[in-house]
Amino acid sequence: MEIIFLTFVFVLSIFLGFELINKVPSTLHTPLMSGSNAISGITLVGALASAGSANQSLATILGTLAVAFATINVVGGYLVTDRMLAMFKKKKQGGES
Amino acid sequence: MSTEIIINLVYVASAVLFIFGLKLLGSPDTARRGNLISAAGMFIAVVVTLLDQKIIAYEYIALGIVLGALVGAVAARKVAMTGMPELVALFNGFGGLASLMVGWAALAMALSIADTTAPVPLFTLVTVFVSILIGGLTFTGSLLAYGKLSERISGRPFMYDGQRIINGLILLAVLACAVLFILDPTNQNWLYLAVALALVLGVMFVLPIGGADMPVVIALLNSLSGVAAAAAGFAIGNILLIVAGSLVGASGLILTNIMCKAMNRSLRNVLFSGFGVVKKVSGPVVEQGEVNPITADDAYYILEAAASVVIIPGYGMAVAQAQHAVKELQTILEGNGVEVVYAIHPVAGRMPGHMNVLLAEADVPYDLLLEMDQVNPRLETFDVALVIGANDVVNPAAREVESSPIYGMPVINADKARTVFVLKRSMASGFAGIDNPLFFKENTRMLFGDAKEMLGNLVKAFD
Repeated sequence: MEIIFLTFVFVLSIFLGFELINKVPSTLHTPLMSGSNAISGITLVGALASAGSANQSLATILGTLAVAFATINVVGGYLVTDRMLAMFKKKKQGGES
Repeated sequence: MSTEIIINLVYVASAVLFIFGLKLLGSPDTARRGNLISAAGMFIAVVVTLLDQKIIAYEYIALGIVLGALVGAVAARKVAMTGMPELVALFNGFGGLASLMVGWAALAMALSIADTTAPVPLFTLVTVFVSILIGGLTFTGSLLAYGKLSERISGRPFMYDGQRIINGLILLAVLACAVLFILDPTNQNWLYLAVALALVLGVMFVLPIGGADMPVVIALLNSLSGVAAAAAGFAIGNILLIVAGSLVGASGLILTNIMCKAMNRSLRNVLFSGFGVVKKVSGPVVEQGEVNPITADDAYYILEAAASVVIIPGYGMAVAQAQHAVKELQTILEGNGVEVVYAIHPVAGRMPGHMNVLLAEADVPYDLLLEMDQVNPRLETFDVALVIGANDVVNPAAREVESSPIYGMPVINADKARTVFVLKRSMASGFAGIDNPLFFKENTRMLFGDAKEMLGNLVKAFD
């Protein structure tokens, strides 16, 4: 039953994703990519459990590495997206000199 | 039990924040807030996960987080806007690698507690292999894309006979390893082999893809990094990973589709055909007329008399780092009473939205950036079209020359403007090696030289 449940969540989320992203204008496609990339760093949550289990050395090593890489993804992704989005200005706000 | 409920409730909140964050990305006004909200969702998810009773040792976690945060923060701060495609490719790869390792670690833990009476469930085994396969190929594929984008290795497509067959065989071999391992989980060699083959497959899959097709590949790898996270979520039974991963998967897929449409090609064609090495089309090639070069001083007189100018940037603008010079020219023209707009082709540059970010960096207001469909109907009304480092996206052969490899691709009709200025390094053909009749049109004037320098000369002419 759990398989069905997880698959259900998976399918619905994909449809939701399509609906959400279709509305993003092409101006924002690069920040969208880096921002959604940061979200895919969610795998960090999964890595935490392995890194902290401390009863299986291979899992701990893999988990720790996964935590490091996923954190790069999360921290770097959100920061760089923020940096980019801060640059997008409308004409009135001093875009024109 | 109660901590588990709390954790899962917070996961729901976190998923809601991701969704709102993506929703707010729908407009440039709210996008920054959206990103913050999404980051908040990630933060609470990580914090609440640390409460999990199964986590007993925090030192490795702390080590991983500190290292990762340092590297990520430095990379995000140091990267130049022109280097954004490489960075995104690299981050995609790290996401894929993390998912691979999460899947593998989950397997290692499951194997360590399993015995003959309670073997590892088949579902876990299968999903672990999916996350290893997708995560692994995303990792090496992204690394190769990074190498091509940063020009550490040649951006030319690399093809050989039977490439598709070999890739197919590698994929089959991975699946065979999976089956063999599932039949006998005590023999870890099949697992190692599967990991190695997944890594090889990523390289093989990006090798035949040329630099000009990179927007498609990055979008696809973006999607795959999400799918890999979702697969890892299946493997460890974590709903939040599934939700967030599939949102990203869907997002990347939409971008992939947009990019393919903008090139009038199918995804299959992009992935397998190695566009950049298309042989020169034989038969009645366009009649190549005279090229009309012009100096910056002469161009000045035409620009000075113009009432409206459309600027069409391409990858060349990024290479020459000319976005600030473009903005300077825009300011001067506007001071002269000229209407200036930008026309952005969806595949201009090396990733979706590449030009928009560069121009935003140079303080060009985003409401001046028009999409191809907005600008094409009124191109005849512009006095000057200024093409800066763009080639294929303004190639009229896409409309006129049926034998051209890009025939049918939607392009910005720069040639319809009264006068066309093309800023170009030399007469060498564009990345795809396709002739561009635009350069030979009667109303076209070529400004040969470095884009940044040329723009500087134009600006000087106005002083």
